[in-house]
Amino acid sequence: MKTTRLRRITISSLWALAGVALVLIMWELVKFIGSLIELPLKTDDTSMPHVWSMVSAFGNPEVRGSDTSVLEAVLSAAAYSLLIAFGGFIIGVSVGLLLAIIMQRFYFFERGLLPFVIASQTVPLIALAPLIVGLGNRVSFGPVSWTTTYSVMFIAAYLAFFPLSVGALRGLQAPRPTSLELMRSYAATPKQVLWKLRFPSSIPYLVPALKVSIAAAVVGTVVAEISTGVKGGIGRLIIEYARETTSQPAKVYVAVFGAILLGLVATALVTALDMYLTRNLPKEGKA
Amino acid sequence: MRVTARSRFTRVVGIAAVAALALSACSSDSDSTDAATETAAAAEETAAEETATETATDETAAACTELTPVSLQLQWFVQAQFGGYYAAKDLGFYEEQCLDVTILEGGVDIVPQTVLAQGGADFAIAWVPKALSSREQGALITNVAQVYQRSGTLQVSWADSGITTPEDLAGKKVGNWGFGNEYELFAGISGAGLDASGDLELVQQQFDMQALLSRDIDAAQAMTYNEYAQVLEAVNPETGELYQPEDFNVINWNDFGVAMYQDAIWASQERLSDPAYQDTTQRFVTASLKGWIHCRDNAQQCADIITANGSKLGASHQLWMMNEVNKLIWPSPSGIGVIDPVLWDQTVAVATGTKNLDGIAIVSAAPDAESYTNQYAEAADAALTAEGLNVTGDGYAPIEVTLNEGGN
Repeated sequence: MKTTRLRRITISSLWALAGVALVLIMWELVKFIGSLIELPLKTDDTSMPHVWSMVSAFGNPEVRGSDTSVLEAVLSAAAYSLLIAFGGFIIGVSVGLLLAIIMQRFYFFERGLLPFVIASQTVPLIALAPLIVGLGNRVSFGPVSWTTTYSVMFIAAYLAFFPLSVGALRGLQAPRPTSLELMRSYAATPKQVLWKLRFPSSIPYLVPALKVSIAAAVVGTVVAEISTGVKGGIGRLIIEYARETTSQPAKVYVAVFGAILLGLVATALVTALDMYLTRNLPKEGKA
Repeated sequence: MRVTARSRFTRVVGIAAVAALALSACSSDSDSTDAATETAAAAEETAAEETATETATDETAAACTELTPVSLQLQWFVQAQFGGYYAAKDLGFYEEQCLDVTILEGGVDIVPQTVLAQGGADFAIAWVPKALSSREQGALITNVAQVYQRSGTLQVSWADSGITTPEDLAGKKVGNWGFGNEYELFAGISGAGLDASGDLELVQQQFDMQALLSRDIDAAQAMTYNEYAQVLEAVNPETGELYQPEDFNVINWNDFGVAMYQDAIWASQERLSDPAYQDTTQRFVTASLKGWIHCRDNAQQCADIITANGSKLGASHQLWMMNEVNKLIWPSPSGIGVIDPVLWDQTVAVATGTKNLDGIAIVSAAPDAESYTNQYAEAADAALTAEGLNVTGDGYAPIEVTLNEGGN
């Protein structure tokens, strides 16, 4: 039992590595073809740096004479953004779940609120970001004053709540009528129905929604960081390094790798939560 | 079954709660921990602070008992373009004037003059044409110190392309940044008798200079202190050495009568009727200009201050930027920060008289008299002269900066 599991994990991680290798090979292949015939996109070393020059850029000092390497700078920026993204994720998930419960409980709210929930996602993020920062500059809660970091977290939450609220609503409505009728025959209160029936049966819907939400929170964090220029995060680093593209084209890709890593770590954490939640549920295809 | 389902959910909620707690602990400022237990005490403190600030602003002139908190919104990240403000902060010039200045960095979508007009900052740095455009759309702001006396915008082309005047741009592919950064170019083009929509091809340019180096475009927009340096920091693949100034031609808009005023300190026009804010403005302008005077004479030190404040730019690029910015400020014949009406009128004339590709002028009518005042800069210069400082920078000579690869 244990060995098969280990084997499964080894095989799947090997496949993942093979996928990464394939992308790198494709990149170099495009560059190679581009050196032979003219492609619609530029493939010279400034437009598409070699994979190895990107890798070597990791080890360079961030600015000459500084102790921190580019890699360290990118990792610490990614960690900072991850924290913001998770903050936004947790706020977004809480709000989304609350909305879903309200919408499920009162049909009136579903009709009235759902259009607004959907409309909220059609507002372009780059239009929203300066607005929130502008509002935030004038807000303070007692001794804690609002900083742009909170604005970024708010934007992450704004993106994260939507998939969760829609997914959770679907999940809460999932129990079969027979199950609901059984609960009614027990004279269960709405609260009991929610806790004992609706929540457990919503988990298969919640988990994918959580994965989409965390991805949205990460994207929201990085884009909002770029938009508002908050110091310390990966978004800011991407612009800082992009400015040096003229002379160091590989450097910006290091920051982009950091953003990718950030997304992977965030998704991995949610996947771990998923495995924990669904460990007792029948696996697909094995039921 | 029901029992397992329930306990599972309880655990989920537990995990979420723990995570939320951990996060809130991480994200809250270290000095505001245990906020929950001390809410009452904190609220009292804030009330006390507020009253203290009020009394402080009333009697600032008398004695500096408590620093006036002031915020300044920049257009972009920390870099030598804002050297004077960082120098004034780090060297204590603001504190001398009894100010506690918070510098707010800009970002891609941050518009300083809008932040100022909305009350998000007490002062803002902005280019004059863009600020006048926002002003026309209702942002009530006043230029209280025109720090940059010259425009730093160039149109850079390859030396072998033979583009040395705006006339030579005919039939070429010309890069520009758009978003209100393109008006000097458009004024230059129409001044040369060319039609922007037919006689040349205008293309949207990225904020790096790759398009020029790969010869996708013939002429690229560049700031003397930033993008032009980026070009000179890149390696010429043919020689293996860095590109040299001889490799390029430069159109400097100051030479063609279409330059516009750039970085200036803007204050809230509405609040300028309040004597306390007037006083703060005066002190802020005086200390800021003192910072710029310091950076003129100590370019290396100011570049180091900028790096210490977290700029990611390389050391030689930073010093280059500081030096180029100094060239845009000095000499200031009427004193630093003072607006020359001739250049102001030229800025306004270009802003009202030049139409972009959409046929829109950046400003439709000349701004009213409240759009700028020399009162604060002149008083600041008088005070700084009394301190024995040279406020005109006559005899100013730039330093020589050697750029290294990648600006390092």
